[in-house]
Amino acid sequence: MEFGSIGLAHYLTLSAILFTIGVFGIFLNRKNVIIILMSVEMILLAVNINLVSFSVYLNDLVGQIFTMFILTVAAAEAAIGLAILVVYFRNRGTIAVEDINMMKG
Amino acid sequence: MTLTTIAFYAFAIVLLASAVRVITAKNPVHSVLFLILAFFNAAGLFVLIGAEFVAMILVIVYVGAVAVLFLFVVMMLDINFQELRQGFMQYMPVGLVVGAILAVELVFLATTQLAGGPVGGQANNAPIPPVDQMTNTEAIGHILYTDYVYAFQVSGLILLVAMIGAIVLTLRSRPGVRRQQIGQQLDRKRGEVVQVRKVPTRGGV
Repeated sequence: MEFGSIGLAHYLTLSAILFTIGVFGIFLNRKNVIIILMSVEMILLAVNINLVSFSVYLNDLVGQIFTMFILTVAAAEAAIGLAILVVYFRNRGTIAVEDINMMKG
Repeated sequence: MTLTTIAFYAFAIVLLASAVRVITAKNPVHSVLFLILAFFNAAGLFVLIGAEFVAMILVIVYVGAVAVLFLFVVMMLDINFQELRQGFMQYMPVGLVVGAILAVELVFLATTQLAGGPVGGQANNAPIPPVDQMTNTEAIGHILYTDYVYAFQVSGLILLVAMIGAIVLTLRSRPGVRRQQIGQQLDRKRGEVVQVRKVPTRGGV
């Protein structure tokens, strides 16, 4: 598979910027767990872009296999995270991250 | 400038713009919708690079399941999101500094160090077959169900555990709700529930 004039560096740069936006989103929305979870999803998407572009660039299909495993784990993580969020909201009436300190000795 | 280049830049720009909107949107519903747009564009990039199966899985799993799950939760929880946005500007400077450092480092690494690597490296386990011989999906299936079958099973197990975990977490038994309990119904004996009374004439019960 040919890249054309678009090389590996283009894809890696794109995924680096996407990763940074995800990290920045966690910094920016310190109180909103839902946005934090979405930022984590974007970070995982950046990792997937890295894996797939390396897979194509190195002509090795294993990268795409592992992309699917990451996808699986991301889906599981989103489901569990949102379930915890729903239970927390039911018990406390808020989802502010800074109020989550009941287990803080 | 070929069509591939134009398509790459179009997908990349829309992907990054919608990613920025995800973290800055005032309304979380808009955030989720922009997340869906970002995933669609990432899928477009994957198609462009020749990984069709992963692209379709991305659309099905992320857009069809995860993003809709987010949408449900955002709409189900009655939250004052204005309150949660306080401190948005307060964290902006440190976030910008950390983000800028991270971005510069990663882009530097991607453009200078990694870009000169081997093209179509030799020492690999699973070379990608030419498209006219075998489709991407078939090639992935040939590897996934042979060499990586244990990892595949484990990922299925992870999904099962996640499903059971989510159900157990959100299951609750509210007091004061009258549910039909079939076991209890069928378990009743005649003697417990029926009482034969001798009613005297004109006496009442």
